[in-house]
Amino acid sequence: MTDITADAAGGSAPAPAKRSRLGRIVRRHPMMVAGGVILVTMAVVAAAAPLLAPHDPIELNVVDRLRPPDEDYLLGTDAYGRDMLSRMLYGARVSLIVGLAVALLSTVLGLLIGVIAGYYRLADAILMRIMDGLMAIPGILLAIALMALTRASIEVVILAITIPEVPRVVRLVRAVVLSIREQTYVQAAIAIGTRFPRLMLKHILPNTVAPLVVQATYIFAHAVLVEAYLSFLGVGTPPEIPSWGNIIAEGRLYVQIAFWQVLFPGLALAVMVLSINVLGDGLRDMLDPKMSRRS
Amino acid sequence: MWGYLIRRILAVIPVMTVVAVVVFLILHLNPDDPAAIIAGDQATAADIENIRRQLGLDRPVYIQFFEWVARLVRGDLGSSIFLERPVLHLILERVEPTLALAISTTIFSVVLALPLGVLAAWKAGSWIDQAIMAVAVLAFSFPVFLIGYGLVQGLALEWDLLPVQGFVSITEDPSRFLAHLVLPTIALGLVYTALLARMTRSTMLEILNEDYIRTARAKGLANPRVLLIHALKNAAVPIVTTIGVGIALLIGGVVVTESVFAIPGVGRLTIDAVLHRDYPVIQGVILVVSGFYVLINLLIDLTYTVFDPRIRY
Amino acid sequence: MSNANVSAGAPPPAGTPLLSVRGLETRFFDDGMALKAVDGLSFDVARGETLCIVGESGCGKSVSALSVMRLLPPPPASRVDGTILLEGQDIRALSEREMRRVRGNSISMIFQEPMTSLNPVVTVGYQIAEAVRQHEGKSWAEGFERAVEMLRLVRIPEPERRVKEYPHQLSGGMRQRVMIAMALACRPRVLLADEPTTALDVTIQAQILELMRELQEETGTAIVLITHDLGVVAEMAHRVVVMYAGRKVEEASVGDLFERPCHPYTVGLMGSIPELGSSLVEGKGPRRLAEIPGIVPSLRAMPAGCRFAPRCPLATDRCRTEMPPLEEHRPRHWSACWHWERAQEAIHVHA
Repeated sequence: MTDITADAAGGSAPAPAKRSRLGRIVRRHPMMVAGGVILVTMAVVAAAAPLLAPHDPIELNVVDRLRPPDEDYLLGTDAYGRDMLSRMLYGARVSLIVGLAVALLSTVLGLLIGVIAGYYRLADAILMRIMDGLMAIPGILLAIALMALTRASIEVVILAITIPEVPRVVRLVRAVVLSIREQTYVQAAIAIGTRFPRLMLKHILPNTVAPLVVQATYIFAHAVLVEAYLSFLGVGTPPEIPSWGNIIAEGRLYVQIAFWQVLFPGLALAVMVLSINVLGDGLRDMLDPKMSRRS
Repeated sequence: MWGYLIRRILAVIPVMTVVAVVVFLILHLNPDDPAAIIAGDQATAADIENIRRQLGLDRPVYIQFFEWVARLVRGDLGSSIFLERPVLHLILERVEPTLALAISTTIFSVVLALPLGVLAAWKAGSWIDQAIMAVAVLAFSFPVFLIGYGLVQGLALEWDLLPVQGFVSITEDPSRFLAHLVLPTIALGLVYTALLARMTRSTMLEILNEDYIRTARAKGLANPRVLLIHALKNAAVPIVTTIGVGIALLIGGVVVTESVFAIPGVGRLTIDAVLHRDYPVIQGVILVVSGFYVLINLLIDLTYTVFDPRIRY
Repeated sequence: MSNANVSAGAPPPAGTPLLSVRGLETRFFDDGMALKAVDGLSFDVARGETLCIVGESGCGKSVSALSVMRLLPPPPASRVDGTILLEGQDIRALSEREMRRVRGNSISMIFQEPMTSLNPVVTVGYQIAEAVRQHEGKSWAEGFERAVEMLRLVRIPEPERRVKEYPHQLSGGMRQRVMIAMALACRPRVLLADEPTTALDVTIQAQILELMRELQEETGTAIVLITHDLGVVAEMAHRVVVMYAGRKVEEASVGDLFERPCHPYTVGLMGSIPELGSSLVEGKGPRRLAEIPGIVPSLRAMPAGCRFAPRCPLATDRCRTEMPPLEEHRPRHWSACWHWERAQEAIHVHA
């Protein structure tokens, strides 16, 4: 190591630059990629449920009730003799639809309210008081109460889970908007008379994308869990729809003689939520270099 | 400092006002006729009319609101439609198991999460850190009922160690009271522990990068002293804040856990009320629980003055 | 820069150095790449002597000090090689536990940012007392007594009241005095001061430097003062080490350095300070401060020959391909430049 310069300047420097961007992401965030792959696989399987399901998920078949897993029914049957595997394949659809819809809806609503609050001082005072109040009500409790409003349906479930999530997004967006407003280039844009919609599209939205994507991922994971909790408690997705929460709610009565009714949908739920959370952690590390350098 | 305390306390008023409005609207924003829903499918028009009058739903909304608030201020949460008893009594009857579970879970989680989070931050990047964080994200993603039934099936039923359901009041039999709390506390506590450990780690990581930590090490202080006096004292405010905010999540978990372990608490009361469309009970529960949550967070805000000498305004 | 400003007291007493650094190399490892932040740095500092290490930011000055203190992130994030002798003892060979007995005791350090280098939630008295307690086995009461004594020593008024205060209750200058009090509390033989006055305004800066000089006369502490400011060097130094891109490019006594700089980088740095008494008064409008064009090269892309060559007005092809060795061109005056004899010409080019 006499030639010191070569050690510092040469070495392994050029090699990583040649690798592809995708390969670099896989190498640096293997857990995130694994989470994403599992999630996408689950989504594809859920979409193909009608093709993949070996049995009808709804039709009753009392002869085969509470059958343990075997070659006919890979994951056993429930108390009505319905195939667990088929019901779970359809259940994945409910979880994904609810999770995705809640993530999108709360992000859009939160973005809208957050930008208004961050931009207009007067609206800010009022909107943030309302958000503080909403955040003072524990989320699941608020969702449960909202479920009592009207007849249960998937749409109502989505709305009931979305509303408690909105304030968190609003706070996030507002904080970003407030900090960006103070930037010199935005002040300059305001000074030369840039109109609000343009200001918003050019300067504000691009800066909210990264934190919003991360937040939306976590909301997705949480919404999947809350949907299952609501259904499990009997106040969520209508019982005739085979959601994982509903399957578990029915299965819990027989948990001591037919554990598979709780175990399999519970595990599926855990795997889905885990894959989304891991994806979120990876996105956070990737999109927020400050955070990842620390960890 | 007194200015800070007073401002914190006054800030509770708008929050609780919004909570009251939201709770009130839960009944009145209903797209369907609330009276008809409450009356049920088999009700006659007269039944519905009766309920409407009983609830005061025939009068202007703003008058209903002020009358309702006036009753709330006097401590009157109304009466259950289904059980025909004062809501406050119903809640008080059910509050012990819920409170016991919430408190035991908080203690369990804090005791477990703080050392784990601090350790993970101190050993950031090591296999210890990675193991702790992997378990945390796992626990964080597992549905409470899966952990709950797992514990019931795996531990309690196989070996007959602990009661798997129900609740015994502390006044009745303290040791059975504790025995009944063990499994629900673990089931719920694992999730909450994971949340707190993750937060503790990221807070500590940030603080361990501060200049004053380097100063402390430059003085030749031993690691425990740097970690526990210099770092943890600074981490206290964000950590207790997370504990406070996390209580909202905890309350949600309590509702599910009560259901898994057949604990007759406020959660069960709420679910029953939703199934019976017993609006006064739903409203009462949300008001009381939110009030409790806001109060806890107010108390936590007040502890900042202990942890951080800079709070003087 | 006139000569009167240059001499900072009597020449230091000769003798064995208290701190002797030989061939210090510090590497950081990032994503499989080794980045050498300090490359073969050597210096000595004797009792009662002040050695200034000067250079632009990013030259490896702070990293050198942190390497000596062993305060860098532990391996595998970094690696330190070379010899560091403190009073003849190789502190690189010490275990971490033994090193803790040395740190803050026989060698201590003052940091640049008095605002962030004190713990905001602990009283200043406690922060001083805990060091005394750690190293001298004193009780808390004795530690606080020492804290009061130290605050008095660094000329903080009402030390009995101030020990009970928190950092946010003190001004910036006072906080840096507290940092000095903390560093000196256990009467260290060697004090490393990393830009101790950079964050302070000019009047406070002068007071702090004055204080450090007085304390050095009283205690005989050897001081390694890291700065980017040749004004501070002129004020404080006995000897000077000029660093560029991780390497020592020149070393001389302060008088020699200012009179006969032998490296164009040193000359360039001198061009960057306003001449005392000049500037605003004479001429038409303020005199422009000459700056060295360009920036310190990144650790990831070091030039092949002399590292200063890309910015050097005297650079030739030889400079760009061959690294000049550090040579003693005059007695006790080293520099690493192929054109050291012409170094002073650089000032005309810069100005």
